Formats: sequence, C-alpha cells, structure tokens
Amino acid sequence: MGDLLQFAVSGLTVGSVYALVALGFTLIYNASEVVNFAQGEFVMIGGMATVFLYALGLPLPVAALLAVVLAVVVGLMLHTFVIAPARGADAVTLIILTIGASLVIRGAVPILYDKQFHKLPGFSGEDPIRLFGAAIQPQAFWVIGGMILVVLALHFFLNHTRFGRAVIATSVSPMAAKLVGINTALVVGFSFAVSAGVGALAGILVTPVTLTSYDVGTILALKGFAAAVLGGIGSPVGAVLGGLLVGMLEALSAGLISSSYKDAAAFITIILVLLVMPNGLAGLKHIERV
Amino acid sequence: MSAISPRYRTLLAILALVILPGLVMPSTFYYRIGALVFISAIAVIGLNLLMGYAGQVSLGHAGFFAIGGYACAILPARYGTDPLLAALAGIVLAGLLAFAVGRPILRLRGHYLAVGTLGLGLLIGMVLTNEVWLTGGPDGMQVQRATVFGVRLRSAEHWYWISGTIMVLCAWIAANLFDSPTGRALRALRDSMVAAEVMGIRPSRYKLIVFVISAVYAAIAGTMLALFNGLVTPDNASFLHSVELVTMVVIGGMGSLIGSIVGAAVLIILPQVLTIFHEYETLLLGILIILFMLFLRQGIAPGLAGLFKGRRA
Amino acid sequence: MSIVKRLAAAAAGASLAVLAAALPASAAELRIGAFVSATGPASFLGEPEEKTIKHYVEEINKSGGINGDTIKLFIYDDGGDANKARTFATRLIEEDKVVAVVGGSTTGTTMAAVPVFEDAQVPFISLAGAVVIVEPVKKFTFKTPHTDRMACEKIFDDMKKRGLTKIGMISGTDGFGKSMRDECVKVNAKFGVEILGEETYGPRDSDMTAQLTNLKGKAGMQALINPGFGQGPAIVTRNAKQLGINVPLYQSHGVASKSFIDLAGDAAEGVRLPAAALLVADKLADSDPQKKIALGYKTTYEKVTGQPVSTFGGHAYDGLMILVEAMKRAKGADPKKIRDEIEATKGFIGTAGIFNMSATDHMGLGLDAFRMLEIRKGDWTLADAK
Repeated sequence: MGDLLQFAVSGLTVGSVYALVALGFTLIYNASEVVNFAQGEFVMIGGMATVFLYALGLPLPVAALLAVVLAVVVGLMLHTFVIAPARGADAVTLIILTIGASLVIRGAVPILYDKQFHKLPGFSGEDPIRLFGAAIQPQAFWVIGGMILVVLALHFFLNHTRFGRAVIATSVSPMAAKLVGINTALVVGFSFAVSAGVGALAGILVTPVTLTSYDVGTILALKGFAAAVLGGIGSPVGAVLGGLLVGMLEALSAGLISSSYKDAAAFITIILVLLVMPNGLAGLKHIERV
Repeated sequence: MSAISPRYRTLLAILALVILPGLVMPSTFYYRIGALVFISAIAVIGLNLLMGYAGQVSLGHAGFFAIGGYACAILPARYGTDPLLAALAGIVLAGLLAFAVGRPILRLRGHYLAVGTLGLGLLIGMVLTNEVWLTGGPDGMQVQRATVFGVRLRSAEHWYWISGTIMVLCAWIAANLFDSPTGRALRALRDSMVAAEVMGIRPSRYKLIVFVISAVYAAIAGTMLALFNGLVTPDNASFLHSVELVTMVVIGGMGSLIGSIVGAAVLIILPQVLTIFHEYETLLLGILIILFMLFLRQGIAPGLAGLFKGRRA
Repeated sequence: MSIVKRLAAAAAGASLAVLAAALPASAAELRIGAFVSATGPASFLGEPEEKTIKHYVEEINKSGGINGDTIKLFIYDDGGDANKARTFATRLIEEDKVVAVVGGSTTGTTMAAVPVFEDAQVPFISLAGAVVIVEPVKKFTFKTPHTDRMACEKIFDDMKKRGLTKIGMISGTDGFGKSMRDECVKVNAKFGVEILGEETYGPRDSDMTAQLTNLKGKAGMQALINPGFGQGPAIVTRNAKQLGINVPLYQSHGVASKSFIDLAGDAAEGVRLPAAALLVADKLADSDPQKKIALGYKTTYEKVTGQPVSTFGGHAYDGLMILVEAMKRAKGADPKKIRDEIEATKGFIGTAGIFNMSATDHMGLGLDAFRMLEIRKGDWTLADAK
C-alpha cells in the first residue's frame, strides 16, 4: 500500500510535467497546426532562468516570475521570426523549423550561462511528508497543484472569456474565425506566449525535484509529444490525461515490473492504445479533407 | 538533351556526385565524410519514399538502421556468420519486422503514426541498451571486418566507392519505383487518401510496401555504417538519429532523390565546418536549419531548382 | 559577464582560426589532437576536460613550449556520439596531422576511435574509465582514469572493513553505470559481499523513488551502491534520504565533483565514494607526494573557470602532462618515439595518483591511487584517515 502510493505520487509528479508540456503542444497545435518541438526548451528556460536569477540574489518568486516572462518573450520571438514567416509551409517543414529553434535555444544557454546541472530549493522545505507509509517531497504537491491550477485557469479562460472563445474558434476553423473578424494572427501569437509560459512554469515547479540543465528539453519534448498524441492531439483534456498516464505508467512499471524497461512499458501502452483508439484517448475525429 | 528522360538525368547527376569528388578527394578524412554522406543518403532516400511519396512520417527509422548494424555485429561475433551474410540477414530482418508491425501501425495517421513509429524506435533502442549479453550494452559492440574476394574492407576509400555504388543502385531502384504503377498509386495517396480510395487504390497495401522498402533502405545504411566503423552503439537507434534522418529528408527536399543526398550532405558536412566556431556550433546549426527552411521551403534541391527555372514547376 | 564582449571575442577567434588554417605549419610546432564530449549526455565529463586541456596548452606555450617548440592544439566536441568521435579521430590524423591525441570522454567514444589511432600508429591517451580500453593492451592506447573495476574493489573493500555484507545496487543504464555495474557483479563475491537486489534508471530519469522503494523493501540490506554519473546519483541520493533509507550509501568516482554535493544537498551527508586525492587536495598531509600537484591543479582550474574542480578535468590534466613529459623525452615529433616514452612513464605524479606505466600496464595506477572519501558537513573528507 505504502509502496503503491509512493509509486503513484512519483508518477503523478513526473506526469504533471508531461501534462503541462503536452498542454503546451496542444495550445499551439490548435491555433496554428504547428507541432512545436521546441516546447521542451520552454521548460528548460523556466528552470534555468530561475536558477540564474535566484543565484544573483533575487527572491525566488521574483526570479520565477521573470523566468516566465523571459520564456514568453522567447515564445513570441519563436512565433514572429520562425513560424509566422513560414505561413502556409508544409506541416513537416514547420516541425523542422521548431527543431532548428530548439537547437538555437539549447545552443545559446551554455554560451550565456553554463552546462552544469542546477537545483532550486524546495518551495516548502525539503523534509518529506510521511503519508500512509510513503515519503513524499513537499514539492510534489507544488508540482501537482500547479498543474491543476494551470488547467483550471486555462479552462476558465478558453470557455468564459471573449478572447478565449476566439482562440477556440480559430482552432476549429481559422478561415471562419477570420471571416467573423477574429484577429487570427494575434490568436496564434498569443498561443505561443501562453504555451511558453505554461512550459516555463512547469520547469520552475519541477526543478527542485528533478534538477535542470541546458539540455533537459529534448526528452521532455519527446515525452510531452507522445502524451499529447496519446490523449488525442488537439484536445487539452486529452493532453493532461495523456501526460499523467505516461508518468504513472513509467513509475508503476519501474516499481512493479522492471526499471530497465519502464519507458518500454509506457510506449507499448501508447502504441496499443492508439491501435484501439487511432485518434487518441479523447478521440477527436479527424476529417479527411478531399 | 531532351532524348534523356528526367529520371536518367537525375541518376546521371547522382552518379557524377559520386564519381567526380571521388577522383579528387585529398585525404582519407574526405573519403570518410563522403562515405558517411552516401550511407546516410541511402537511409534518407528510403525515408523520403515514405515521407515524400507516401506522405507518412516515421520517427523510428533509426531503429531499423540499428537492426541492420547490430546484425553485422552480433551474428559474426556470436555465431561465426560471415559479415556479409550477417548484413543480408539484418536487412531481411528489418524488412520482416517492418512488415509485421507495419500492418497495424500504418493504420495510424499523421502525428499518431509519428508517435507509433517513435515508440517502435525507442523500444529497439532499449533492447540494444539493456540486453548486454547480446548487444554489448550502452558502449556498443565491435564489428568484424567484411572480406570480399580476399580483400579486407577497412579503408575509407574502399567504403567511399562501395557506399557510393550502393547509393546509386538504391537511387535507381527508388526512381524506377517512382515511375511504376506503385509509384503513381503512392503519389495519389499522398495527394488525397480519399480520392485514391475512390479510384480503387488500397492505401494500406501501398503504404505497407513503401514502409517495408524504407525500413530495408535504413537497414542497408545501418549495415554499411557498422562494417565501415567496425563498431555499433545504441546511439544508432536513438530518437535523435531518427529526427536527424527526417531533418535530412526535409532539408534536402521531400520527394526529391537528389534532395535526399543533398540533405544528408548538409547535415553531415555542416557540423565539420562549424567546428571552427567551437561553442557556437549548436546555435549556428539551428540558425542555418531555420534559414534553409524559411528560404527554401520545398527543401534545398527542389528550392534551388525552382529558383533557376524561375518557378516553372 | 558581457555577452557582447564574448561574442566579439568568439568572432575574432573564429576569424583567427580561419586565418590559421590558411597559413602553412611552421617548423617549430608540435601538433596535438583532442576530442572530448563537451556537449551531450557526458558533457560534465567533457566540459572540464576541454577547459583543462585548452588552458594548460596555453600555459605550456607561454612558458616556452616543449623543448622550445610550441604546441598547436586541435580540439573537437564529439557530443558523446561514437560515430562522430571516429570521424574526428580520422580528421585529427588525416587533416590535422597530429602526433599524439588526448581525449575520449566516454568508453564508447574511446573504443570507436582506438582503431584509427592504432592503424595510424599515433599514441592516444584516453580519459575514459572502462577496463576494456587497456585490457588487452593495445600498443598505442593508454588511459589515465582509474578503472571501474578498481572502484568496485575499493568500495567492497571498505564495506568489508565496516562489516557490511548484504547490499542493494542501483545503477544508471548509461555506458558508465552499466560498465561499472558489470565489474561490480564480477568482483563482489571476492569480498564476501552479497547483492540482494538490483535496480536501474535511465540517464535522463528524474525520479528514482520507485526503484529505491523496492530496494528499501529488501530485508537485511546493510548498504547501497550506486554506479552512475551525471545528475542521476544526486537524485538517487536525495530520493534515498526522502524515503528514509538509512543504510550507508556508496557512490562511485563518477560523481567526483563538488556539484554533486551541491545538487544532493543535505542528503549527501555521510555518502562515501572512492576518488582521486584531487578532491581533498587541501586536506592531504604535507608529506603526501600528490599534494603539490593536486592543489596546484585545483587552484588553477577554479581560478580559470570559476567552477569547482572535478576529477574528470584532472584526468585530462594527467593525460596532457604525461604526454608532454613523454614528448620532452622523445625530443621530436615522431609518434612512435612518443609512444615508447609514454609507456616508459615512471613515478609520474598526477591528480589521480602516481603513474607507473609498462608494456603490460597502459594505465599505471594501483588501487592505492583511490582514496575513500566521505562527505561531511558539505565537504569531502578522507574516510580512511580516521
């Protein structure tokens, strides 16, 4: 029982990060059909920038806030200088562009800062909380709670604000959205900004648990993308579900089956799920355009 | 001029790309780079068939690449097989695996297929990393040299000509495939799955054929790199290697044979050139990829051809 | 730090490099090659190695070079990729025409490059750990770090002394972790140590509580050993504390830099590991022959880079200096003579220990080169000097 809870918390913590990365993929994908492989770099920027600013002596919350702002700026730059000029390009071409962008970001960090691993202090200390035989880092609650808050905030924003509805309209049909007077370019730029901010936040929350360095982005992009697709690409709910599921599968198989093959268990499950549900868990039907 | 069909013009150009530099290479290092370009190009031509002609993206082709390579390492070392026979076995094995998993996995479309193949590649990589008794683990495994007619193939110059020849052959087969009824069916599929189905083309069958061919091409490249290097590591199967192959296809030009070679050449030669910039290497590589994609959206080969022809196509 | 300034410097450096490439080689110039994994998963090995080699080559040149000849250094980043390492090895031999090479941060990149140097008959001093590099002996290949087998033996020996015989093992699935794990399971019986349970984690894993929970459940476990390098061992150490695993934790020489203590924080308290004297340079007895060298390197490295010293950079220092000494004795640029002189290295005091190479031993370190360290109050201390 204690062991299972231990595995589950570990899975939920890591899964929350995957979920936020997957959510970032989804936001951008919905607004622009771009699969942004630089999504993991936002997580890295969040963690690394906070570490850097915190080391300069800024209070942690200020450092974190500035890190999110920095990530948002990078997200907007990515949109303005890389994605927007390529409007109308092939989907795969856009992916390669984002891969190029991720190389630029990953290449820049060691020049501006360093290649070392870094940590942040736990937000509520580092003494584990004992719960039903499991020992849980307080930071785990920050990560999981932060993920839930982000999801709720996004949900509220998308469904209950005017601009949020414009975002949804754009994702359903950019053409129709344009026709009813929505500034779709603004919506796309906005989605890059939010997605960068969400990624950075994930990076900040999780750095006290998992440490960070200039090259943590790749693996997160990979897992987050897989999670977004598992959930059904384009579905925010699916992205969160997918992320949590991948995290849980990894932790449970590491604990119960074999730690050497824990990633295998996750990906075998993903493949099997997709074979049964070819449009992911949320099952959005993709309509083939003739 | 017009007596030669465009297909043969392309093949002649590829032949020239192999022979002319081969005559003037100043040192073994250049032969090695040349051979690496041709070897990657073989995998890229295969992947380009899948991406450019059939419109399917795979993020797992490094897995097939590695199966070819590891067959060359494992079979001779553990069972005393001749290296060339082992290479053949690896290629067949990769083809069979592609055939077996292709049926279910190709039902997935677009990004779903990308993740399915990504998972497949990761699984292959994990087996190679973890099963130390068979594969030597994360540090990889030595590969016995192949011997042809009593000559041990080890110099980069040998491999330059071998890989060049095989690449030309692979390009020739790909070009023929493109002009065959299968090729036309594939193009119809890429342009519109629904329309193709209406015309009576069974998408699943053609997708499977091209998936198997592309896996075989990747495995051929894998065996050649293994025999050339005398070493295989699980890096061959890594996600990053899969992404590198896809990037080569797109940068060179989807659906372009010459583009496949150009794409491979760019991503293999660039890092060598960029070494003079030391820590700015990664940054500059990223910037160059972005610039290529922004200004030559169709890829370098078709993009440049378009510029010269003044957008006739 | 001014970014503009650094960019300008880099641009100037790049144009100089282009210029230099265009100029013919001067006569009094010794060409030395290096390839390290300055980026990629092994960058925390390659980065200090790169900085060390670059700095010391500069320093040697400033103080008159080798017998009056200056060293021209060619250094490349292989990103931890074996295929790239081999390409750079070929480039060093064919293009840069180097007479000797130091490098190969990982066993994978080293083994990929070895055949190139053996074929070209150019001496190569590897900076990677595994035994296979020098066993069997290859004529032109040497190495400076202690082997992973020695690390296992040192750890098991210490366990035996403390009466710890039933242990759990958690290792990384990267080359370093896997190779050391394999060596440990070969020699544990010799020391009467029994491995009750084994777990692994991937090089990029960020949470090992699941694996450690399983090990915690093994009845009678008296100690934990963690073959691995990079950030993984720091996370293992933190997770072990989080779970309340109170048995002694042994890390490997793969964590031997101060950043491990920083990353693991309080959890690092009491952790033991075998490592070179370099980490405790300032705590060595004044009579210790290694003190002067180790302290000198530590001070220089920390001053030049602003980062804490690691044994990885130390291995690069040892490699470069053994080579430089050999080249001084060889009096010329003949690779074969240099090789013979490297093999003849006797009593060379380095950061990792005192090297005595021979035709049958291309590493030249004994088990006594390892010190058993314990982390106390956030700093390394000598565990066996009690």
